[in-house]
Amino acid sequence: MRLKYVLNEVLIGLWRNITMTIAMMITLSVSLTMLGASALMYLQVGQMKDFYYAKIEVSIFLTEDITDGQRAGIDAALTASPLVRDKVYETKAQALARFRKMFRDSPTLVDAVRPDTLPESFRVKLKDPEAYDEFTRQLAGRPGIQLIVDQREVLGKVFRVFSSIQLLALVIASVMAVAGLLLVGNIIQVAAYSKRREVAVMKLVGASNWFIQAPFVLEAMAAGLAGSLLAFGGLYAGKVLLLDGPLQALSKLMTPIPDGNLWLMLPLLAAAGAGTSGVAGWITLRFHIRV
Amino acid sequence: MIQLDHVTKRYPTASRPALDDATVGIEKGEFVFFIGPSGSGKSTIVKLLLHEIRPTRGTVTVNAEALGSMRSWRIARFRRAIGCVFQDFRLLPNRTAYENVAFALEVIGKTNAVARRVVPEVLELVGLGGKEHRYPHELSGGEQQRVAVARAFVNRPLILLADEPTGNLDPDTSIEIMRLLDRINRTGTTVVMVTHDSTIVNQMRRRVVEIENGRIVRDQPHGSYA
Repeated sequence: MRLKYVLNEVLIGLWRNITMTIAMMITLSVSLTMLGASALMYLQVGQMKDFYYAKIEVSIFLTEDITDGQRAGIDAALTASPLVRDKVYETKAQALARFRKMFRDSPTLVDAVRPDTLPESFRVKLKDPEAYDEFTRQLAGRPGIQLIVDQREVLGKVFRVFSSIQLLALVIASVMAVAGLLLVGNIIQVAAYSKRREVAVMKLVGASNWFIQAPFVLEAMAAGLAGSLLAFGGLYAGKVLLLDGPLQALSKLMTPIPDGNLWLMLPLLAAAGAGTSGVAGWITLRFHIRV
Repeated sequence: MIQLDHVTKRYPTASRPALDDATVGIEKGEFVFFIGPSGSGKSTIVKLLLHEIRPTRGTVTVNAEALGSMRSWRIARFRRAIGCVFQDFRLLPNRTAYENVAFALEVIGKTNAVARRVVPEVLELVGLGGKEHRYPHELSGGEQQRVAVARAFVNRPLILLADEPTGNLDPDTSIEIMRLLDRINRTGTTVVMVTHDSTIVNQMRRRVVEIENGRIVRDQPHGSYA
């Protein structure tokens, strides 16, 4: 009977101020969509790091005038290094062949490259791509090496772009969250005012605090939950309509977003939406309903 | 039952204390009037007894509980032993007489079954049998105050506080309400009534505590308003 009373009050509360409730749900849903997008991007970047780092290699370009002895010395050092998982030696001819294959769509560029323009190199895969600095230190100063290039640096730029987008989404999420939570506060304030007579009587006859506050807090949580469902719908639609549709080209760069990650957003957003709204509502009550 | 020991209550904006070093004890089953002009500090006593405000100095003890050291979560349970009636009735306008009384049971977790048994009983006791389904605006002032008394009494409180309960009523209706409070007092409930209605005090001849400028100036066992 108490539960029935509380749930009934929640429904009445949501309906009483329906336009405000809708405004709050929309604001919260935008905030939560951004939060969800940001979380998805975070998971995505982690996954892409795993994916790309597995393929990444360090190129050691050799000088024009390298001697056989120097080359053999480098080879031996690489073989001996505990950091190296795999190494491949690439001659000038192989480098040219690879270059021609890679740029077969631009014949003028291919024609401009003479057979001895491209240097010979070692292509090295490290056991741990993050150990690049230590690896370069080991090879530093060894004669015959012209340049050591870490592909990770190129990827790093891509990841930095993702991080910036992620940060932007988080900033938008926080700004919208502030707006949403202020609306929650406002709704609870209006609700507390319109129920002031009931609240006064409840306090007078000794209703417990939680019983007085529960309908208000649950009202805020229900609205927050509705907002999070909208946000999840938005994310889902975004993936189906944008990433799987017109923006599919992006997926050549990005690894695909697994459905599991997307579904993981549902409990995350629901908890964030209902939790923060509930807390915001409860804090508002502390100011408006005194024992 | 109720004990105020050297209680002073000072409101932040007021120049003099609302209650100044007041000491008074009330036994179980007593009927006590607190009288005095407006602003003398009568209503402050009601607020102190309900633990709506805390004394600036001194101690308030109700039902053997010192209110000063009471934890906030205990307040709700403490108030269930106290019924309260006010000058402005404080009924919920969108609820019937029955629902207003049942509300007091509902919000402290009593079941519908309990309400169905107890509420008609108490409405009968206050003389509102047959008017259970009227809304407050369909009732006279006296009847509304009876509903308020029924709501205050439905939990069988140990103490009934009445803050100017006849303030909005004509003399005849006031007497009816006083008879009702007297009946409730005879069931063993301690009744504390704040009033400046001299006719009623003079008719009832009960204990009178007079307050003036926050000080207790008279405490008489069978007093009159004078």
